[in-house]
Amino acid sequence: MDAPLIEIKDISFEYEETKALDNISMKVEKGDFLAILGPNGSGKSTLLKIMLGLIKPSKGSIKLFGVDSKNFKHREWIGYVSQKSNSFNSGFPATVKEVVAGGLAKKAGLFRRLPKTVDEDVLEAMKSVGMEAFLDRSISELSGGQQQRVFIARALVAKPKMLILDEPTVGIDHQNVQAFYDMLAALNREKNITLVMVTHDVDTVTDRISHVACLNQTIHFHGFKEQFQTLSDEERASWYGHSVRKIHHAGGGH
Amino acid sequence: MIDAIFTYDFLQNAFGAGLIIGVIAPLLGVFIVVRRLSLIADALSHVTLAGIAGSLYLSQSVAVFSALNPLFLGIAASVGGSVLIERLRTLYKHYEELAIPIILSAGIGFGAIFISLAQGFSNDLFGYLFGSVSAVSREDLLIVVAIAIVVLAFIVVFFKELFVLSFDDEYAKASGLPAKWIHFMFMIVTALVIAGSMRIVGILLVSSLMTIPVAAAMRVSKSFKQTITLSIIFGEASVIAGLISAFYFDLAPGGTIVVTSILLLLLVLIYKKIAVSVKRGAIA
Ligand SMILES: Nc1ncnc2c1ncn2[C@@H]1O[C@H](COP(=O)(O)OP(=O)(O)O)[C@@H](O)[C@H]1O
Ligand SMILES: [Mg+2]
Repeated sequence: MDAPLIEIKDISFEYEETKALDNISMKVEKGDFLAILGPNGSGKSTLLKIMLGLIKPSKGSIKLFGVDSKNFKHREWIGYVSQKSNSFNSGFPATVKEVVAGGLAKKAGLFRRLPKTVDEDVLEAMKSVGMEAFLDRSISELSGGQQQRVFIARALVAKPKMLILDEPTVGIDHQNVQAFYDMLAALNREKNITLVMVTHDVDTVTDRISHVACLNQTIHFHGFKEQFQTLSDEERASWYGHSVRKIHHAGGGH
Repeated sequence: MIDAIFTYDFLQNAFGAGLIIGVIAPLLGVFIVVRRLSLIADALSHVTLAGIAGSLYLSQSVAVFSALNPLFLGIAASVGGSVLIERLRTLYKHYEELAIPIILSAGIGFGAIFISLAQGFSNDLFGYLFGSVSAVSREDLLIVVAIAIVVLAFIVVFFKELFVLSFDDEYAKASGLPAKWIHFMFMIVTALVIAGSMRIVGILLVSSLMTIPVAAAMRVSKSFKQTITLSIIFGEASVIAGLISAFYFDLAPGGTIVVTSILLLLLVLIYKKIAVSVKRGAIA
């Protein structure tokens, strides 16, 4: 059997004063479509950033594709779509094509040019998010939802084995959220891309996912969607209540 | 003008250096502007001033320095300043921009002290502050050529990484690009361009040549590559027109170059405005 694509053991993380993650262990297996649920401030983005190696846990270990994260050399296998608007610099003078081609930079390697097939690769990635008509548009002219699709295309262009998405539907209008999740489900099914996604759209997404993790500093539940659906409302509420108190506590100083 | 260039060595130096700077300053400037680092360029130019003033002061008392081109100490100060800015930015994580006024004031502070200590180079000083057509030596030109080679090599070799990093630095890190190193090298290269451009445009106006042509280009270009091309064209046009008028009217080239670039910017803004209303009219 293949090694899990992500294997996290006993991870904790704290920002200067705030404890964000407490002793978390979890695995993501090949082919999973995992939704990470949890209230605001429960550490979801932090957990994704740890998976991506953007921040280092204070304790615990991470393996990616069976390799210790420190020695993992194939970041291009993991596509990342960050929580909207925090890092991308709006108003940037670039075409959609240029932005998506940037997704090939790591795969091409330092000191090397982008591959000759860059145009076809970009077109294919843009087709899979239904945005091929926008290739020559300026990125800053697109709506939030369109930009989000472009960022998914940028993550897809290097043909990753796994996608990590942080609240990808924020900024996408209600009617289009369904279509958006259909697109992700198709990537999971047809291209066998493993998906790890933070989301708040529990009801919309349950038809399409395979696994659920409920996070609030610690993992309260991680398992098949079917198990998750058998949980009682009280059980789910108990984590949420817990979380609400936590948030209240942590947010008191702000 | 052409005759004059063949007749006078100093004009060859000034035009040679100017033509090169007209390319590399706006080229690097594109990355500076989109990464919102324009003020860092300003801070570094003032640090360069401190280095140059220090060198001019030392040259009056220490023999080694009298033979040394003050540009070298200027480059050293600028590179040192860029490293310091990075240190301060990580120290003040939530107030990254605080690094800029700290370094900028340090530059002016030391600069002022050295200038007052070393009396009697007000002529030189004027050239360093606002640029000079006549003071560019063959050695200055060679330094500029060397800097240009380093800068062009850096940008050509790391273009795709620089683009990704400039667009979205978190994504750059997440995709495993050596973002930290590239940023560090970028800061050093910026320091080099600033020190190199200083002879022609002057310390006070270096950052303008890195930002104004880019500001104009960004209004009219759709793609990143086009932004680069137009920035270089606008920068080069400003340098050429600025140097020629500085020579004929005996003005400081920093002033004429920057004013030309501002005029170009205005033309672009007006053009854009007309283009937009024509388009609207066509639709309506
Ligand atoms: N850069 C940061 N510095 C300090 N605290 C942070 C930072 N990012 C997040 N936090 C805190 O860590 C906790 C978890 O944040 P985050 O992982 O972003 O939560 P989520 O994505 O679930 O909303 C919150 O209490 C938040 O305030
Ligand atoms: Mg989040």
